[in-house]
Amino acid sequence: MRGSRPHQVVSAACTSPGRRSLAETASPRMTAQFGAARSYITHMRPQDILLPTAAGLCCKPGAFHIDPVRPVERAVITHGHSDHARAGHGAVLATQETLDMMRLRYGENFAGSTQAIRYGEEIRLGDVTVKFHPAGHVLGSAQVAVTAKDTCVVASGDYKDAPDPTCTPFELVPCDVFITEATFGLPVFRHGDASDEVKKLLASVALFPERAHLVGAYSLGKAQRVIALLRAAGYDAPIYLHGAMETITHYYQSRGIELGELRPAKGVKKAALAGTITLAPPSATSDLWTRRFPDPVTAFASGWMRVRARARQRGVELPLVISDHADWDGLTATIAATGAGEIWVTHGQEDALVHWCQSKGLKARPLDLVGYGDEEESETPIQGEAEA
Amino acid sequence: MNRFAELLDRLAYEPGRNNKLRLITGYFREVGDPDRGYALAALTGALSFKHAKPGLIRDLIAARADPVLFGLSYDYVGDLSETVALMWPKAALAAHNNPPPPTLTEVVTTLRTLGKTEMPAQLARWLDELDETGRWALLKLVTGAMRIGISARLAKTAAAALGDKDPHDIELIWPGLSPPYLDLFAWLEGRGEKPVNRDPAPFRPVMLAHAIEEGDFAALDPADYIAEWKWDGIRVQAVAGRDDRGHITARLYSRTGEDITGSFPDLVPSLHLPGAIDGELLILREGRVQSFNVLQQRLNRKVVSPKLIKEFPIHLRAYDLLGDDENDLRELPFAERRERLETFVAKLDDARIDLSPTVPFASWDALTAARANPASAGAGEDADAIEGVMLKRRDAPYLPGRPKGQWWKWKRDPHIIDAVLMYAQRGHGKRSSYYSDYTFGVWTETENGEELVPVGKAYFGFTDEELLQIDRFVRRNTTEKFGPVRHVVHEGDKGLVLEVAFEGLQRSPRHKSGVAMRFPRISRLRWDKPPREADRLETLERMLKAEPEEIEI
Ligand SMILES: [Zn+2]
Repeated sequence: MRGSRPHQVVSAACTSPGRRSLAETASPRMTAQFGAARSYITHMRPQDILLPTAAGLCCKPGAFHIDPVRPVERAVITHGHSDHARAGHGAVLATQETLDMMRLRYGENFAGSTQAIRYGEEIRLGDVTVKFHPAGHVLGSAQVAVTAKDTCVVASGDYKDAPDPTCTPFELVPCDVFITEATFGLPVFRHGDASDEVKKLLASVALFPERAHLVGAYSLGKAQRVIALLRAAGYDAPIYLHGAMETITHYYQSRGIELGELRPAKGVKKAALAGTITLAPPSATSDLWTRRFPDPVTAFASGWMRVRARARQRGVELPLVISDHADWDGLTATIAATGAGEIWVTHGQEDALVHWCQSKGLKARPLDLVGYGDEEESETPIQGEAEA
Repeated sequence: MNRFAELLDRLAYEPGRNNKLRLITGYFREVGDPDRGYALAALTGALSFKHAKPGLIRDLIAARADPVLFGLSYDYVGDLSETVALMWPKAALAAHNNPPPPTLTEVVTTLRTLGKTEMPAQLARWLDELDETGRWALLKLVTGAMRIGISARLAKTAAAALGDKDPHDIELIWPGLSPPYLDLFAWLEGRGEKPVNRDPAPFRPVMLAHAIEEGDFAALDPADYIAEWKWDGIRVQAVAGRDDRGHITARLYSRTGEDITGSFPDLVPSLHLPGAIDGELLILREGRVQSFNVLQQRLNRKVVSPKLIKEFPIHLRAYDLLGDDENDLRELPFAERRERLETFVAKLDDARIDLSPTVPFASWDALTAARANPASAGAGEDADAIEGVMLKRRDAPYLPGRPKGQWWKWKRDPHIIDAVLMYAQRGHGKRSSYYSDYTFGVWTETENGEELVPVGKAYFGFTDEELLQIDRFVRRNTTEKFGPVRHVVHEGDKGLVLEVAFEGLQRSPRHKSGVAMRFPRISRLRWDKPPREADRLETLERMLKAEPEEIEI
């Protein structure tokens, strides 16, 4: 656990069980605005619990938004990716890791107050209870289960059911309504075993020992997972990092994730980078920065690499199909296993997944939420580390 | 098959020639016989079997996938084989009971003998056994749509590297070899004798010219060069040789080494002496060279009828002699080969074969005048069929490829370039059912290696017949679809070269290439030319410098 948080407004979160801070600040507003409506909550429809709004998924009876894309008074954040975790909210409830990552990206004043919650912990917010469960997406990522009366809605944020040595595995949460992402919601997206992709990378390094290998990977989550996979495959040479990778990667290490010896790529002589592997944000692998590497092989670790046209579009030479999102099989298996009778589908290929749910007799609809993209295409550099 | 698919997959993304070579050589080293031999055959286009129709692939997936999901997926991916490869459902077999995936050898040898009715079940079995990349490669292979993006020459060079041999040696013995090339690999690995080429009429890799520019002349001495007309026909190699029994075998090859003898049976009897002529195919009527459009009537014909032969009499105009009987002349200087050619053509004494005359000149000014007016410089009534002049160093040996400073081509009309068709869009009005708007590009070196950059759009200049041909080509060679626009295959070895004529050039910051053409039109379809040999952006830039400054409005 990290020490100093001088600007923390919700100091109560540090001493007493967290459930009070956000709940207490929420209550007066709740009573004023929604008190009169309480009587009918006995017949809670899912859309009375969570409703898509311009700011994001809104929980009126709990007076908060989940992963809001605009500043709101109370935000519940599923994970640290910049399209889900934005700065400028009043109070933020998230896992400790997510809060730490937001602080690293946006600075100490990223929110009016913060409150950390653990996996499995349940707190009451207004007329609902909120419980966090691991989403298996990146370190600290969570699914948020919102329960009112006896109706449970799970907002899963981004998730994957594939193994990942850098974060807590996905937990299946039985529920009535499951809100799922659809980033890879087409049956052509089947990601296979990530360790096989890392073998491909290592085979290329062996074949081209005089060239540098640049692996484009999103700096939060993907990069650390690729490094961990390389270590698991027995690669024990130092791995080099683009400057924009350093802060978050060191944070992962500080949370006890073993990544072996890492070195900054900056300042290393060109010749010394032959035969090495460097992790860089995807955008850096196509700019001038690559000139410091000897005849680089450009790899890109992403679920999009499954489709050749996408890989070609990016000028990738070594596509690595490694995704932090569930693939088609993962999405459909998870949806079925939750036991939910109703599925809300958001960000991605909604049509195909909605169609699949309906063909299985499940009620399903697309949620028109805006502002969630593919993190790989909306990467905001970690503050204070523009160039590297 | 999976390992071969992995190679293809990697090659498709690797832009560098040397790195491609390393990947292929690495594969040959790692994979044993006979798989690597069939891989070499696939890479050099030497495999032959009956291809499956896309409809068959559609039927296979229709039986296994929801049609709506397939439709959405196909829209997203844009390629049938890839879509099916990716969404093919995992076989529901017990893990311990899975048959091993097929080898490349198994696939190739099975396909050769497989009956049409057995195809669907066999294909489904293989698709169950292969991984995603393997399925993709298999489907590309069986539909005949495998675009590897490397030349046969490159694949042979990679094989040569396996045994530290000169790729040229492989080229020489190649026509006598057949898949899976066990004797070749044995020789390359030092386990066997060098295979002998028993083909009496083998192809020799072609020598090509650079386009000459104004500035090049200063460094050149007219006395070092022989000039000849560049005829507007089809460059060919006409080879004849004696087989074991002493009979003459004659073959006609395109500049890429494709055997096109079948399209010109009327020329075969004329090739009655052993030798190898580098020349130009033309149509001659009453001794006069006909336009390229006339010659085109004889191209891409399935059946060569007696009527066609009579109406379009074929003729070979000889430029060079590469072999004379048993003798390889390629090491000799051009001036000497030219003398041998003159003797050879005289000895042939055949009305269908004549010498391309040289153009005498003493200074570059004199040659400039001849190029500007071929009729008065010896070409007479055939002047219209002259594309320009060729300059060949007297002492140049015949070298494969495009060696620097040996041969130069100097085209007559500076406002013609060979570009590659990149995208096609449907036309308007009565053309709305045809792909009749074409975006074309030329080559340029980028940080990703050689790439085509679009330089213009044209939607006229071609005949109705040509429109049908291009439309068919577009539909059969679409790599991606974006709304009304189709991406048409445009790689070094695959694609359609369009000769584009235009009125002028302007600088244009609006275009990615930095240049804009005025009034571009398709002046000819170059089915005979591999896209690799289309023009480069530098050529346009030099033309631009030669243009009077114009402001784009
Ligand atoms: Zn995410």
